[in-house]
Amino acid sequence: MVGGLFIIITSQNYLKKVVGLAIFQTAVFVFFVSLAKVLDGTAPILTKMANAYSNPLPHVLILTAIVVGVATSALGLALVLQIYKNYETIEEKEIESLELKSDK
Amino acid sequence: MNFLLINFFLISLLLVTTFFIFKTTSLISVVALTGAFTLLCSAIYVNLDAVDVAFTEAAVGSGISTILMVMAAAKLPEGKKNKLINLFPSIILAVAISLILIIIIANLPLLGDPNAPIHLHVVPEYLKESKDFFHIPNVVTNILASYRGFDTLGETIVIFTAGLGVIALLTSNTLNRKTNFKKNKKK
Repeated sequence: MVGGLFIIITSQNYLKKVVGLAIFQTAVFVFFVSLAKVLDGTAPILTKMANAYSNPLPHVLILTAIVVGVATSALGLALVLQIYKNYETIEEKEIESLELKSDK
Repeated sequence: MNFLLINFFLISLLLVTTFFIFKTTSLISVVALTGAFTLLCSAIYVNLDAVDVAFTEAAVGSGISTILMVMAAAKLPEGKKNKLINLFPSIILAVAISLILIIIIANLPLLGDPNAPIHLHVVPEYLKESKDFFHIPNVVTNILASYRGFDTLGETIVIFTAGLGVIALLTSNTLNRKTNFKKNKKK
């Protein structure tokens, strides 16, 4: 998770920033699902054999969150493409220098 | 014990993948590594008994999102040798956040403890009653579609809005910035 945050802040490339965001999210999902684990439990599908199930509630929340996360990264990618169309680069420093130039 | 070993192995693979995503500059290999990352995550979900989540992650996270990223990376230029920016403050931030997280995790109940507070509230009722109410053995489906159907409706609205945003962004050619920028270039 911290790795993802690190990538977001340090990398100049905007596509890599979007990837860092996705990694950050996925790490949080793994944390949530690990809270739901019950030792000796099985997946929460009711059968006659099993007597302990892992907690289905975080699974539901994460199902929702995964799909929303993909929507977010799709939006981010669209933004990156639009930035590329306008500036012809996706490196942060280059865009900054272009902005400074156009202000003068 | 076996379970913990597999989990440890998968998580260390995740860390290695993250490190290489951080290191590589080529965009297409970043995208491929991200696909590998989400696939590893779905393996972890299977190991943690979250089969439905693993399905979704493998299909949506590892499939659709990788396809989207490949489509974007095909249109973008190759990544340059990146000089890292803000390196020092971000190291401090990363270390601080990991310390805080370790303190929090030390205070959480142990992994797989059946008496943790999360397992004691509404979930026993869900597990007991949902089969009689809805006649579907999969409790995750029951909660997703029936008990918390409005959440799922909200999720659909979010996706719809995101789709609208993507279409609006990709089809618009007349942003102000572009015209300004082009004019300045001509001068």
